[in-house]
Amino acid sequence: MTLLSVENLAIDVTRDGESHRLVHDAHFSLERGETQAVVGESGSGKSLTALAAMGLLGEGLSVASGRILFEGQDVTALSEAAHNDLRGSGIAMIFQEPMTSLNPVRSIQHQLTEGMRLKLGLSRRAARDRALELLTEVGISDPERRLKQYPHQLSGGMRQRVMIAIALSCKPRLILADEPTTALDVTIQAQILALTSRLCRDHGVGLVLITHNLGIVARHAQNVAVMYGGRVVERASARALYNDPRHPYTQGLLASVPRLDLPRDTPLRPVPGAPPDPTVPLPGCRFHPRCPWATDVCRERVPPFEAEGDHEVACWNAEVASESRRREGVA
Amino acid sequence: MRSDDPILEVQGLEVGFPIRKGLFQRPVAEVKAVNGVSFSVPRGSAFGLVGESGCGKTTVARAVLQLVEPTAGRVLFDGQDVARMDAAALQRFRGKVQAVFQDPFSSLNPRMSTGRILSEPMRVHGMTPGPGIKAEVRRLLDICGLPARFADLYPHEMSGGQRQRVGIARALAMNPELIVCDEAVSALDVSIQAQVVNLLEELQKELGLTYLFIGHDLSVVRHLCDEVAVMYLGRIAETAPSDRLFAHPRHPYTQALIDAVPNPDPDFEAGREIEPLEGEVPNPADPPSGCFFHPRCRLATDHCRQEAPPLGQISSGHLAACWETGAITSTNHHSRDANENTGRQR
Repeated sequence: MTLLSVENLAIDVTRDGESHRLVHDAHFSLERGETQAVVGESGSGKSLTALAAMGLLGEGLSVASGRILFEGQDVTALSEAAHNDLRGSGIAMIFQEPMTSLNPVRSIQHQLTEGMRLKLGLSRRAARDRALELLTEVGISDPERRLKQYPHQLSGGMRQRVMIAIALSCKPRLILADEPTTALDVTIQAQILALTSRLCRDHGVGLVLITHNLGIVARHAQNVAVMYGGRVVERASARALYNDPRHPYTQGLLASVPRLDLPRDTPLRPVPGAPPDPTVPLPGCRFHPRCPWATDVCRERVPPFEAEGDHEVACWNAEVASESRRREGVA
Repeated sequence: MRSDDPILEVQGLEVGFPIRKGLFQRPVAEVKAVNGVSFSVPRGSAFGLVGESGCGKTTVARAVLQLVEPTAGRVLFDGQDVARMDAAALQRFRGKVQAVFQDPFSSLNPRMSTGRILSEPMRVHGMTPGPGIKAEVRRLLDICGLPARFADLYPHEMSGGQRQRVGIARALAMNPELIVCDEAVSALDVSIQAQVVNLLEELQKELGLTYLFIGHDLSVVRHLCDEVAVMYLGRIAETAPSDRLFAHPRHPYTQALIDAVPNPDPDFEAGREIEPLEGEVPNPADPPSGCFFHPRCRLATDHCRQEAPPLGQISSGHLAACWETGAITSTNHHSRDANENTGRQR
C-alpha cells in the first residue's frame, strides 16, 4: 500500500468572511523508505500541504477539496481525536525552527518522553531509557546531562537533533521535514541531513523533505514535486527533473542558482517578476505572468497535468520550452 | 575598472566584547569576536567574507562601518585611518561607505514611504529639498529596477525582493564608493535572490563600485566576489582569489565548507561520498588552544593543539593558516567536475 498519497489537495483561508485559495492542487505520493522532496519558494503552499497531513492547519485554514491518504486512510476526514492518535506514531514532523517548536520551559527529557508515555504507554523509566538511546542515535554526546537541560542550553544543531529524536520516538512510518536545516550553518546542515536520511533509511520510514534548496534535493531525494503558486507544476524522479526540466518555472529555478561546479562567470538567469498574490484572482496557469513561453491559452485555461512515463508536468507549452532548452544547451 | 590601489585596508583588526557578571555587571572576561584580521580590498573589486555563525564576519563589517569600535588594529579608507578622521572627513566617509543589510524589513523604517527613505540621506548630507531630490529618487528607483510609483509605497506594501531593491537604492543615494553587503541576499527566495545578485553585478560595472560582501552561501559568494577570505572563530583561516580558493583550498576548514555544499545535480551527488565535518564551532569565550580548528580537524597533530599557525603564503595572494597545509593534496570534488564540464549545458 502506498504510504502517503496527496491527491488534488486544495486549501482555503477564510478571514473576515473572505475566502482565498492558498493551495490549488497539490499531489504527490511516496512509499516506505523513500524520500520525496517538495520544492518551492515562499508562498508556494508546500508547508501548508504538510500541515494539512498532520491535521495542524491553523485557524481559518481548511481543506477545501482533495484527499490525503496515509496507508489508504483519508486523514482529512479524521476527527481531531483520531488525528491525535496518528500524530507522532503514524506521521511525525520536524519543523524549521527548533527554538520555536521546542517548549522553552520544559526539559529535554520531558519533551522527548512525553510522546512515548502517551502513545506507546511506556513507564517513566522505560521512556527515559529509550530517550537516552535516541539521543545517542542522533549523535548527542553526554545524553544523561542533555536530558536535564532546556532548549536554550543547546546549540541550534543540537536542538535540531533533539527534534529528530522526538520525531523518531514513537516509531512513525512517515516523517514530514519542513525546511529542517534552513536556519543552520552549512556544515551542521550537512550533518543533520545525512543523519535524517540515514535514520529514515534504517528504520524504513518515508521522508517528505520540504525545502527551497535545490542542492539538498539533489543529494537526498529520489523523487521531486515542484510547487508554484499553490500548485504542483512538475513531478519526476530527481534525475529526470534535473537533467530534463520541462516546466519553465523549474527551468528558471535551476538557472537561478550559482553552482560551484560551473565556471564562476556563468551568468545567472533568474525568473523575472515575483510570485502571484494569492488574494488576487489569476485565471489560467499561475506562472503565466512570469513565463517566457506564455500564450493566450496559458492566460485563460489551467494546464492539465500530463504524464510522459514517470515525468509529469502541467504546462501548455512544455514541449516548446524543453525543446528550446535542449537547443540552447547544445549551441 | 579594477586597480591595485586598495580602497579599504583592514590591519590587525581586533574587536572584543566584555562578558559582565554579578550585581555590578563588572567585566570578568572578554570575547574576541574578531581576533587579528587583516585584508585589503582593491578599488572596483568585490571581496567576500565567508564563515559560519559566530565566526566574526559581521563584526568585521560593523567595524568597517564604524558601528563598533575596534579594540586594536586599523581600518584605512583611501589610505586614511578612519579612527583619526576629523568630523568633516568622517561625514564624507559615511557618504562614501554605505551598507545593505540582510533583512530589508527591519532595516527600512516602516513609517516612511520609499520616497522619504531614499531622500532622507540626501537631506542629511545637505542637498536642498525640491524637484532635484524628486528626480534623484526616480533615478535611484529606475537603476534598481523599480517603477517610479514605488516612491509612494511603504515597506509593508512591497515584497521581500522589492524591499531589498529599495535597500540597495538607499545605499546608492550618496554615490558611494564602497558598499558593505551583510548577508544582503540571504533572506530572499531563489529566483528573487538571482535577480538581486544580477542587479549588484550590473551596478558594480556601471558605477565602478567596490563591495565588501559578507555571506554564508559559498556559491553566491564565489559567483560575486573576486577574492574571498574564510573566517573561523574570529580569525582568517584562508584567503585567495575566488577561483583559486574554490578549486584548490589549502585549509581543511575551507575544504570541509566547500564539500558541505550540495550541488544541484543528482548524478554528481550520487557519485560522491561526503564525510560531514563533525562537531560544532567552539564557544568564542573559551576558544581551544593552538589552532582554533583543531578539535574538528581530521589532520590535527600535537603541533596544531599547541601552537596557532600563522597565516602563511601558499602562492601570490593565497594565504592559509594551517600547519598541515601540505597534507591537503586533493582538489575538491566540485571544481574537478567544473574543469570537466566547462562547456556543459545548463
